[in-house]
Amino acid sequence: MLLTHFGRYLLMLKGMFSRPENWRMYWKQFMKQCVDIGVGSLGIVLIISIFIGGVSTIQTAYQLVSPLIPKSTIAQVVRDSMILEFAPTITCIVLAGVVGSKIASELGNMRVSEQIDALEIMGINTKGYLIMPKILAALLVIPMLVAISGFVGIWAGKVAGEFSGILSSGDYMMGLVQEFKGYNIFFALTKAYTFAFIIASISSYFGYYVKGGALEIGQASTKAVVVSCVFILLADYGLAALLLA
Amino acid sequence: MIELIGVKKGFEGKTVLDDISSVMEAGKTNLIIGTSGSGKTVLMKCMVGLFDIDGGEILYNKVNFFTMAEKDRKEIRKEIGMLFQGTALFDSMTVEQNIMFPLEMFSDLSLRDKKKRVDFCLDRVNLKGANKKFPAEISGGMKKRVGIARSIVLNPKYLFCDEPNSGLDPQTSMVIDKLIHELTVEYNITTVINTHDMNSVMEIGDNILYLYQGHKQWEGNRKEIIYSKDEKLNSFIFASEFLQDAKQMRQMEMEGKNTGTPPEDRP
Repeated sequence: MLLTHFGRYLLMLKGMFSRPENWRMYWKQFMKQCVDIGVGSLGIVLIISIFIGGVSTIQTAYQLVSPLIPKSTIAQVVRDSMILEFAPTITCIVLAGVVGSKIASELGNMRVSEQIDALEIMGINTKGYLIMPKILAALLVIPMLVAISGFVGIWAGKVAGEFSGILSSGDYMMGLVQEFKGYNIFFALTKAYTFAFIIASISSYFGYYVKGGALEIGQASTKAVVVSCVFILLADYGLAALLLA
Repeated sequence: MIELIGVKKGFEGKTVLDDISSVMEAGKTNLIIGTSGSGKTVLMKCMVGLFDIDGGEILYNKVNFFTMAEKDRKEIRKEIGMLFQGTALFDSMTVEQNIMFPLEMFSDLSLRDKKKRVDFCLDRVNLKGANKKFPAEISGGMKKRVGIARSIVLNPKYLFCDEPNSGLDPQTSMVIDKLIHELTVEYNITTVINTHDMNSVMEIGDNILYLYQGHKQWEGNRKEIIYSKDEKLNSFIFASEFLQDAKQMRQMEMEGKNTGTPPEDRP
């Protein structure tokens, strides 16, 4: 069963690669997906990033009670937590819910209402026209959202630290530049690209192959989110073991 | 022209279509009729290539659809228009965008010419002025007509209609039937219609293929069906007393004996 799904998933990915019937229409579809995934998810990404950043600062300060540890360490911890884990992983898990369910239900509805069949009969490669732009848009936009999440989370940590009197703005800014490793950014972006591919491709798979009606579309959406989250966590561990250990 | 030669199709070991052969000519309205589950929709989906067939051949103008190169098959598909049972209009697009979609994908026309073509098709299906409406804002009959307009926008050689009358009132059904028949004759299209609607059978059936449990049970035209002695066909077509009366009246009409009085009052 698992192998059947995996085989069909690979065939779906292979089926996307063919010469577009009309480049302009594919470009239009790609831009539409960029807007849907990017702008449509920006609000929720900003909200979670602000709160994660703020809470990270307060909780780190709560745990670093020794007077021997400088306050700027709090900023270092918040920075690295945001870049290494919170911005890519938590953001992408939220995006698996927001974007993944949207992709699965959109394709599922198109399948059930025979819109995909209509496109096939017109001679359009539906995997190429419907799935490829979603995956490419996710690969472009989700890393941007992750970067925004990282910046906003770190900024929110600064505001929360200052607002609650934990550390001054100067201490926080000093901590941010101490022992900064550019490699962490590379690691975060590698995760973002991997997770983006997982979210878009797995959700497309579950939506594209829906059979039945409204109930099955709902089930496909749920499966898309759950399976995407599981694979994000597996990939998270795999990438950490591969690139950081 | 579409030829079916010994078409076979099954799912998970169960035979759904068994040895179906028929010729569907251009400029004629070809109907596929049969009870629910008789294989009509499967046959149509095989004909348009949505399902592969297990045996036999489907020829488009003497060329086998299933053995031709993918590139050639794509070219044939551009000549196919299809009206789905649920219309399959793109919900997020307006009526105009729905009809323009095949043009945008496959033609090099300017925007002005595309709009002109859309307006012409909308006018042809009596929906002038509905350009900016969304599918959710129009009635079932209008959706069917938009579906037809989208199907003919690229001047197809083949038109497939899956139960075009389902969910429509008798009057609108007749309008849709008439429209499909007119387009078929006007543009010399090979039209294939799946239907349950007996009015369609009697009014526009140039060639009628009756499927019974996946077999071809009977084939003929709307005149021959009146005189058919096939029991299965008769019990399907003329299932009610009303339809049997209608059959008798049609027989008398064809024999020039119509007295204008209902059958039970006649001597």
